[in-house]
Amino acid sequence: MSIRDRLSGNEAVAIAMRQINPDVMSAFPITPSTEIPHMFSTFIANGQVETEFIPVESEHSAMSAAIGAQAAGARSLTATSSCGLALMWEVLYVAASNRLPIAMALVNRTLSGPININCDHSDSMGARDSGWIQIYAENNQEVYDNFVQAYRIAEHPRVRLPIMICQDGFITSAAVENIELLKDGEVRKFVGEYCPDSYLLNGKQPLAVGPYAVSAYCMEAKRAQLEALKNAQQVTLAVAKEFAVLSGREYGLFEEYRLADADYAMVIIGSAAGTAKDAIDKLRTEGKKVGLLKIRLFRPFPGEEIANALQKAKVIACMDRTESFNAQCGPLGAEVKSALFNARLMPVVINYVYGLGGRDVTVESITSVFEDLIEIDQTNDAGDKYRYLSLRE
Amino acid sequence: MAYNFKEVMNKKERLAPGHRMCAGCGGTIAVRNVLRGLRDEDQAVITCATSCLEVSTFMYPHTAWQDSFIHNTFENAGATCSGVQAAYEVLRKKGKVDGVYKFIAFGGDGGTYDIGLQSLSAAMERNHDLVYVCYDNGAYMNTGIQRSSATPMYADTTTSPVGKVSNGKPQYRKDLAAIIAEHNVPYVAQTTLFKNLRDLHEKAERAIYTPGAAFLNVMAPCPRGWIYEAEDIMEICRLAIDTCYWPLFEVIEGKWVLSYKPKNKLPVEEFLKRQGRFKHMFKKGNEQLIEHFQSEVDKRWDALLLRCGE
Repeated sequence: MSIRDRLSGNEAVAIAMRQINPDVMSAFPITPSTEIPHMFSTFIANGQVETEFIPVESEHSAMSAAIGAQAAGARSLTATSSCGLALMWEVLYVAASNRLPIAMALVNRTLSGPININCDHSDSMGARDSGWIQIYAENNQEVYDNFVQAYRIAEHPRVRLPIMICQDGFITSAAVENIELLKDGEVRKFVGEYCPDSYLLNGKQPLAVGPYAVSAYCMEAKRAQLEALKNAQQVTLAVAKEFAVLSGREYGLFEEYRLADADYAMVIIGSAAGTAKDAIDKLRTEGKKVGLLKIRLFRPFPGEEIANALQKAKVIACMDRTESFNAQCGPLGAEVKSALFNARLMPVVINYVYGLGGRDVTVESITSVFEDLIEIDQTNDAGDKYRYLSLRE
Repeated sequence: MAYNFKEVMNKKERLAPGHRMCAGCGGTIAVRNVLRGLRDEDQAVITCATSCLEVSTFMYPHTAWQDSFIHNTFENAGATCSGVQAAYEVLRKKGKVDGVYKFIAFGGDGGTYDIGLQSLSAAMERNHDLVYVCYDNGAYMNTGIQRSSATPMYADTTTSPVGKVSNGKPQYRKDLAAIIAEHNVPYVAQTTLFKNLRDLHEKAERAIYTPGAAFLNVMAPCPRGWIYEAEDIMEICRLAIDTCYWPLFEVIEGKWVLSYKPKNKLPVEEFLKRQGRFKHMFKKGNEQLIEHFQSEVDKRWDALLLRCGE
């Protein structure tokens, strides 16, 4: 029996953390993720969890301390946003390279400058090649469910990599929605105990972590890390299957919404998917064959499966909530086009940059994208393939 | 218990031979003797900032460390060690760790005085039960002898080179031990490789077994950066102490205690002239450089005496 509640995305994550009862949390406040360590500190202050909280002086130290704690044998986590993640950048790679299954609650916010506290994906997209698993959510329920599944994926013996559970700053982190929670005992049982094979505090076998690796070893280390990351795809599906039995809620690598027969497809990440679904429902009543592919797992990128799901689409819009400054595509656009090319599929792909710094995404703006796609198909003129949505003139 | 040199030196070696540190390196001597401060029955987790020490002792697939060891990056030994120590606290409460563990972080002066200062300061302020040991060789030796805020005035380094219009580093060094002492941690000490290493040993033992955060600043000469013959290292350390360039002291629960006062305070040039990095100071016409250096040493020594109630 699930528990019905009304919670913000930050509250939902904090509750998932309480239910997991991790060993160590290190965190430094940054809007809009600050509430997560706030709430978690309250759980500690009230004796609801056994976690050691390290109130570090920066996000760099938050991740550094999490690395130390996880290597020592403790299940560790942190929460951050935006510049906080950017400050961690150096050590994100170390966490992944040392194969430490740390969990991070990332509340997406734009990177400075100009300084702006609202949502876009420039923070996590900047860290997409750091070796972390990345999972994104559309709404508060998904954030909660993803966090409950996080350690099962990250700690799996074939994976052992850190995991970033992302949600959109303010749009889901602060907005209150109806949500179904699992019982504490159910979550604790599902996540299980953390029992690493090798850890610093193992009295029977000391461990050395973080070597200097000369050229003869460094490349093999990276390759081994890639194999582990690739394994995360199957493990994500297996964990989702178990989670569905427990919760009744099903998850995959991505979600297809009215996509099977769609001529015009949109690929999107995060909360704007909900807006897109409304736009699609409206356009479908008008007989327009439009559909959506919502990314859940972005790292590793399930390229073959995504190309397969998009194979019938004639014109595709890739929606990037970040600017990549390469003057031809965003990160999602690059991945999707690469996947299509490898599958020898050559649909017209238009890459839109949208929602930067919290720019509103509306049913109307998403509808205008589908109208663009239909026009491109009818006129056989793609025009500019890299566009900005809802840019003020 | 009285210090027994032979007994201490015969303790089990916790940094195994075969690593790649230079002959005549003060860092290695400092580390081995800090580790001798551990009781044989206690286990330790060592944290190391990126440094000569790290790249020379843990080159995959070999490690010289007998205890568990973690290297993270250059600037975060304080935070990393905090994480390890916090893990110990929680796992111990849960009955998942056996025995007593101690936590020691090592960093060079680059990783400690400069890029790692923020992380160190925070770890000290949070008063984690750990010891941070700076092996201070007064420059970024690992990257090729660049100046640091620990580099003494007038030292010739690759980023403060002596030239036609330069006499080496223009600034005097940062007093890090005093800065950490101002964090009001339970134990701070400054030492170096002196005589029978008793001072280093006793301070290491006290630092390791004082509950809460402790900081040790160990002057550790570098033959490549300071330019001396390997066998001269102990003599150079002695001269650093007897000229009062590198005073030995402790700050125990906020109380400053002088560990050694030379009977005859030697002129600082005795320390300087043994090292190639100060060679230019002894050129004719540069006498004022030595005078200036001496006046800075005197000023700091007098201030320390006052602090220690001497």
